Amino acid sequence: MFAYILKRLIYAIPIALSVTVVSFVLVYLAPGDPLNAIAPADAPEEVIQALKSAYGLDKPVPVQYGLWLMRAVQGDLGTSIASGRAVTAEVLSAVSNTLLLAGMAALGGVLVGCVLGALAGYRHGTWIDRVATVISVIGVSIPHYWLGLVLTILFSIWLPWFPAMGAGPGGSSEWLWDTEHLRHLVLPALTLSVIPMGIITRTVRALVADMLEQEFVTALRARGLSGVAIFRHVAKNTAPTVLAVAGLQIGYLMGGSILVETVFAWPGTGFLLNTAIFQRDIPLLQGTILVLCMFFVVLNLLVDILQPLIDPRMGRS
Amino acid sequence: MTAPLVSLQNLSVQFCGNRKASALNAVNIELGAGEVLGLLGESGSGKSVTLRTLLRLHPERSTKIQGKIEVDGHDVLALKGRALDLYRGGTVSMVFQEPGLAFDPVYTIGQQITEAIRAHGAVGEAAARAQALHMLERVQIPQARRRFDAYPHELSGGMRQRAMIALALACQPKLLLADEPTTALDATVQIQVLLLLRELQRETGMSVIFVTHDIGAAVEVADRIAVMYAGRIVEQATVGDIVRTPRHPYTVGLLAATVGAEHRGQPLQAVPGAPPDLAALPPGCSFAPRCAHASERCRREVPPLESKGGHAVACWHPAQPVAEAA
Repeated sequence: MFAYILKRLIYAIPIALSVTVVSFVLVYLAPGDPLNAIAPADAPEEVIQALKSAYGLDKPVPVQYGLWLMRAVQGDLGTSIASGRAVTAEVLSAVSNTLLLAGMAALGGVLVGCVLGALAGYRHGTWIDRVATVISVIGVSIPHYWLGLVLTILFSIWLPWFPAMGAGPGGSSEWLWDTEHLRHLVLPALTLSVIPMGIITRTVRALVADMLEQEFVTALRARGLSGVAIFRHVAKNTAPTVLAVAGLQIGYLMGGSILVETVFAWPGTGFLLNTAIFQRDIPLLQGTILVLCMFFVVLNLLVDILQPLIDPRMGRS
Repeated sequence: MTAPLVSLQNLSVQFCGNRKASALNAVNIELGAGEVLGLLGESGSGKSVTLRTLLRLHPERSTKIQGKIEVDGHDVLALKGRALDLYRGGTVSMVFQEPGLAFDPVYTIGQQITEAIRAHGAVGEAAARAQALHMLERVQIPQARRRFDAYPHELSGGMRQRAMIALALACQPKLLLADEPTTALDATVQIQVLLLLRELQRETGMSVIFVTHDIGAAVEVADRIAVMYAGRIVEQATVGDIVRTPRHPYTVGLLAATVGAEHRGQPLQAVPGAPPDLAALPPGCSFAPRCAHASERCRREVPPLESKGGHAVACWHPAQPVAEAA
């Protein structure tokens, strides 16, 4: 088991490295110059040059990458061109907000998806199955920024139950565990949870329905196990696949939906990315993309490590 | 005579999914305590359906069951809830054809046997584990302690079938249903498993219904053989009577189709034709279309199963036993 984890960790290193290259280089492919954003349009050439060397933009790209990587490894992602604050601090604050939102959305989506999917699988071919299928299809196909707008209109304007914007009262971006902050969380989390809910429902439904047809489930019944005990067997058999799908979905959520965070002005990574793109804030953009990609790498690593713990057929041979 | 342990009375099973199919038609079987019955027949003759109906394993929504099943005083078709769970595995248990498919792949052999034991009695975890280990030793699994913690995919086919038998016997059932338990195994392992089953049956005194399409295997373990064809029992007698004086043309055909040293060099005698479609059974004897002796009556009327001296046959023109003919 230890050797397996070590192997997975070593595999993760080249992936992580290529992620840094891509997140650094991609930004240079985009048109636009960050200096346009901070220097006045009629700035003299000397000023532009001085700014370039201050931000290290005068060096060749590979050298820039090397320097950036060296600092990034030490936790320094540079300074935001637009705000002048440390990128690491900005990204971390946004990440914690997105984590919160994504965590809630994932929790809701996966829980509801599992329950709905299991019901549909157990009642395969009945009206419950059909209702669950319709819900999941709507879930995966509805554009969620549109859903966000509709929910805002319904539950924030017509029925003033929940606030429509921000992570806390007065646009505060510091999170606190109180009802006022939680109320801000409801609508964006609900909006974001719809896609993973739909995907998990479909996955679980297919897995459970297939599992119940397996000979071993008949054999479990022939042994006189109760329905609850059999469900435990079915759950443990479906868990590895559900975990893999859920991991991927949580990964997407961590990326912070640019659209949903923008609709709700949620101070997360998606919102930050959006700002960085429009301001041509290269260090901020690179830092944010890097951190998000690392999330994916780490999450996949976690799923890889967890799966053989549940499914003995993997890893033990 | 005391009441038999198992009695199936006029049991009919119909599957009504996309197509209707009559899998069993008015089957009567009686089995005494300690008796071993071999159910013989080709694919689709209703052998496995009989076993699965005995454990009520068919999906209730799409299965229509008529008739009566009594096992050890239980009215099986009326069992519900906890009583049904206790009956399954406790009174009657089953050894499946494919041991590789009949174990849950993500639990160890030991966990699964322990779980089954605990589902049937107020036994503590430790006691149940000890009992499960003892069962593995009883079915002669070498290094039982190590195999206890093995997952099903880590055992060979023969080992898995032994473990399956250990699991089936863990709660001391009165009736063991063996659904072609040796079909999926190598020839050498088949004999070992058959011998093990026979030995365990003698030790415990349980009754066994042993389903097979292999006459050799049936002769090896059974006291009595019932030959099934298209959901009906066509002949039933002791092993000796079936082998020496088969009366139904189908049984005669099956016996002729076995491979033996005395027929070396001659082409194998097969029963011509294929079994009928269960969704559209002929009005008369189901075997008539394949039978050399079929008459007009055979095609019109279903022959009843008539017993004479313990040898029952459902045929309008049964072969005459040599002794009687003389």
